[in-house]
This record gives sequence, structure tokens and C-alpha cells, in this order.
Amino acid sequence: MKNNWPLWEVFVRSKNGLEHRHFGSLHAADAEMALENARDVYTRRNEGVSIWVVESKHITASNPDDNGEFFEPAQDKVYRHPTFYDLPDEVKHM
Amino acid sequence: MKNDNLIQYIFSIADNALILGQRLSELCGHGPSLETDIAMTNMALDLLGQTRSYFQYAAKLTGEDKTEDDLAYLRTERQYRNVLLVEQPNVHFGYIITRQFLFDAFHLLLLQKLQNSTDETLSAIAKKSIKEVSYHFRFSSDWMKRLGDGTEESHAKVQEAVNNLWTYTDELFHNLDSDNEIITQGVGVDLSELKDSYYEKVKEVLTDATLVIPETKYFQKGGKKGIHTEHMGYLLADLQYMQRTYPNMKW
Repeated sequence: MKNNWPLWEVFVRSKNGLEHRHFGSLHAADAEMALENARDVYTRRNEGVSIWVVESKHITASNPDDNGEFFEPAQDKVYRHPTFYDLPDEVKHM
Repeated sequence: MKNDNLIQYIFSIADNALILGQRLSELCGHGPSLETDIAMTNMALDLLGQTRSYFQYAAKLTGEDKTEDDLAYLRTERQYRNVLLVEQPNVHFGYIITRQFLFDAFHLLLLQKLQNSTDETLSAIAKKSIKEVSYHFRFSSDWMKRLGDGTEESHAKVQEAVNNLWTYTDELFHNLDSDNEIITQGVGVDLSELKDSYYEKVKEVLTDATLVIPETKYFQKGGKKGIHTEHMGYLLADLQYMQRTYPNMKW
């Protein structure tokens, strides 16, 4: 079979309460097949409770050439980082 | 052998899973795409897992010093009770999907009944397997529709597979005389009762898939009595080779 199916990105929620995370990508002819393929490729060992798939072409990615202006702000603005709060021990996933 | 009828009955269910699982595992590394390759071998693993549960129970019932491996590897061709459908070879992807679909539709109906078995172990295995088999049915039905309602070539190939494999469907619903007692006790399922819902379900999917339902009146049978097609010997040669060549070998 010549595989000219489009590429899909797969997001899996590992357990209730956690966010969906990017797990990888795969080929499929349509959304339904992408979902089934994702189930078989990524969650057959109880890795998840929910799957999202989105066709890769719908993702707009930042351009690596723009990394400077995007990701390297000046480092001297400590007030931008919420480091002045004491977090109670009970708060998880922060 | 003690409990012989029940053991034979378990074989008639478990051998289908074993032999179809073996067929699907032949595809490991040979699927048409990475995704379908994994999906097929995934189903193979589901079926082998189910087989193990059945065989562990059957081995215990023999009351002898037998294990699940003895039952899987050390019987002769005539002692396997699987239907002819599941031993048919992997001709092409459309053929594999059709074989799977025609079996899954039956398998799901069987397990839905078997979960009410008065035998607690059989009922528990059925309950556990239903989730897996529901997915198999969903997967194979979806693919029937894709291929049937796909390109001209995929339609022709899958229609040919339906025409060829249709002749093996009737055997799914044959009860053997040795199963009568098991069925009356409420342990086993009266297969003839599943027939109408089966063909209704199958025809619904085939129609959706724009495929023509064959009008065959002649059906093949024999697997349940141990009389298999010529493909079975080769399959068993693969399956049994290690245990026959190196008896009692362990991993």
C-alpha cells in the first residue's frame, strides 16, 4: 500500500485530571481512522483515558528563525516570574 | 478424560482464537502500513490472551498434569476444533479484513451470550474479552466500509474476498452432538440462535460498504469436527515447530 495518507498529531490524556499531552504522530486517511490508529499505536498498554487527534497541517508552528524574538526576552525582569509565592505542599502539578 | 465434553466445548471456542491469533501474528512486520501492522498484531495478542485463559481452565479440568502449552502445541490437526474460516490464509489485506470481520461479528454475539454461562470461569472470560472483541468488530467493520466504498480496486478485491469466505460462515452456527449436554446445562451457547442476528449485522455493514451479499447456498464445514482445509497443516507446522523439535523446551 502506498502510504499517501495525511499526517496526524496525537494527544493523549494519561489519567483524569491531567492535560492531554503530545504523544507522537501517525498516518491515517481520516479522523476516525486516526483515532483508531492512535488507540492501537499509543494506548494499547493502558497509557490513556482520552485521545485527541488533529491533522498536522492545522498546526501553526513558530519559525525557528524567529527564536530570538520569541523565546529570548531579557533576563533582568524577575518580577515576571511568580517566584515570590509560597506554595502549600498539598498543591500538586504546579 | 474427565470432563471431556466441557473440555471439547472449550476447545471449540478457544481454538478459533488461537488459530486466528496465529494467522494475524504472521503479519507482524508485514502489515501494509505501520499503523495497520500494529493494529493487526494487537488483535493477535488480544486473541492469544483469551486463548490462554480458556486453555488454563481446560488444562485444569483434565485433572492430569497438563498445561496450557500442551493444549496449544501438542495436539494433532484432527484435535483442533476451530472453524474453517479462521485458518484461511492471509491472501491480501482486504482478505484479512474480511476474514476478521466475518469472525468478529460472530465472536461478539457469542461472547454476549457466553457471559451468562452458568460456568463461572467461562462467564468471567467472556466478560473480560467482550471489550477487546467489540473493538475488533469496530475496526474490521470500519475497514470493510473503507475498502468496499473505496477505490475500484479495493472494492473488487474485498468483494472477491467476501464471495470466497462467505462459504465458511454457516459453520459458525453448527452445534455438535457432543455439545448438546453442555448447552442444556446452560454452560454453553446454542449457536443456532445467533444466526439471524449475525447475518442481519453482517449484511448491514456490507450494504454500507456498497458490497453485494453473496447468494451462496452451499457452505463448507468440517473444522469443528477436526476436518480442516489444506492450509491448517502448514499453520500448525509453524505453530508447533519448536515444541515438536525441542520437546519441553522453555523460554
